[in-house]
Amino acid sequence: MPAPVTAVRRGAGGDLAVRGGLGLLAGLLFALLAFPLAALLLGAPPGELARGLRDPAVLPAAALSLASTAASLLVIVAGGTPLAWAIARGRGRRWRAVETLVELPAVLPPAVAGVALLLAFGRRGLLGPALARLGVGVPFTLAAVVLAQSFVAAPFYVQAAVSAFRRLDPDLLFVARTLGATRARVFLTVALPVAQSGLAGGAALAWARALGEFGATLMFAGNMPGRTQTLPLAIYTALESDLRTAQSLSILLVAAAFALLVAVRAGRRP
Amino acid sequence: MSGLEVDLEGTIGSMRVQIAFRAADRPIVLMGPNGAGKTSALLLVAGGLRPARGRITLDGAPLFDAAADLDVPVERRSIGFLPQRYALFPHLDVLGNVAYGIAAPLAERRRLAREALAELEIDGLAERRPRELSGGEMQRVALARALAARPRALLLDEPLAALDPSVRRETRRFLAQRLRAWSLPTVVVTHDRADAEALDGEVLVLEAGAVVQRGSLQSLAAAPATSFVAELVGQSI
Repeated sequence: MPAPVTAVRRGAGGDLAVRGGLGLLAGLLFALLAFPLAALLLGAPPGELARGLRDPAVLPAAALSLASTAASLLVIVAGGTPLAWAIARGRGRRWRAVETLVELPAVLPPAVAGVALLLAFGRRGLLGPALARLGVGVPFTLAAVVLAQSFVAAPFYVQAAVSAFRRLDPDLLFVARTLGATRARVFLTVALPVAQSGLAGGAALAWARALGEFGATLMFAGNMPGRTQTLPLAIYTALESDLRTAQSLSILLVAAAFALLVAVRAGRRP
Repeated sequence: MSGLEVDLEGTIGSMRVQIAFRAADRPIVLMGPNGAGKTSALLLVAGGLRPARGRITLDGAPLFDAAADLDVPVERRSIGFLPQRYALFPHLDVLGNVAYGIAAPLAERRRLAREALAELEIDGLAERRPRELSGGEMQRVALARALAARPRALLLDEPLAALDPSVRRETRRFLAQRLRAWSLPTVVVTHDRADAEALDGEVLVLEAGAVVQRGSLQSLAAAPATSFVAELVGQSI
């Protein structure tokens, strides 16, 4: 019976071609992701990189990045946790609209985020006159850095927190209430601790996003060394004068991102 | 009037659940096919779902009255609830679980929690985590937790369904004996005839949200009203 044999052989040949093609596509994308990272890490002798880190702009930028991302994370977690709880528990179209709106900044182009922030809090923005009367100028201050970071990074935390809260067993929350706990106590003593690892994962992602924030910060907070220049902005500035400094700073940020990824992965495992 | 008196109607999804009973000395055994509204009925009584009309009173005090727009919140109803999978708090040890519902200073809470553990004969489990427990142990911890909160009525949703057949018989005997000793108004959902026998209560059969028959297991067996009841009591129409 020759026919089936031919069919099988042709099938095997086609299969090989498909597998080869898919393998090639997968390999190309992997190379696209890995090659720039390799270039970043391998492209310079360690001595020169260490010299790059001694550039006078590095320390203030690193300190500013740490301080501003810490403040942003505080803002995001303090407000984002109850917001996520309300979204996760909320029923109906209005809550779905809130959920979509909260997710939007995550997919907004950074330049758009910068314009939006200027139009809201800038000197000629919606809140500008009110803030001016209070003697507060937000743009081009540390507060602007924190606002820009919180704006772009909060959605990552809120999204993760909403899905962590949605994964909670409803029986767990209901039983707590039958045991005499008010809604608020159930939130604090059951929902928060049980959802903890999901919340921590979301906080890590949001922190990474805040740490890398560049476009909105540049437009809304400016690029002033010692005042609003965070690490990504320092990289941008260094690129014009000293490629090695830019590279050293980049490696610093890659290391932070990598450490975070490993920590999130480890935390996800029960 | 002592006991738990329920006469209510609620809409859950597309189904209307209508149920009336009085639970006092003997437990109410709620039976019926899957999707008949048994769990919903418990949630309506406990306050997890809001009835469209009707009344719930516990020892004479109203917990819910649609006509008077009265709806006592879940946490002030003093009705203990055991969900099918027990829902132990995974982040607390057994003692922490049992102490959760006790309103007292810390030292007193721990003492009362240990007392509840002793009552369920599980003193040895105090420091264990829920994920380290067997099904039978989880059920006892959940019972101890409900009991420690001093409920004035108990609702148990298929308390034996999640258990291995090998431990079900012993657990059934233990549960029936404890429920008799506590003599709290109790509603037990089950689809196992052996549970109904051991609990020796009034059986209510729920089908598609409505009570189709009620009475002792014997009276149901004598004249089953539907084919489900007939199958339940092991007779054919």
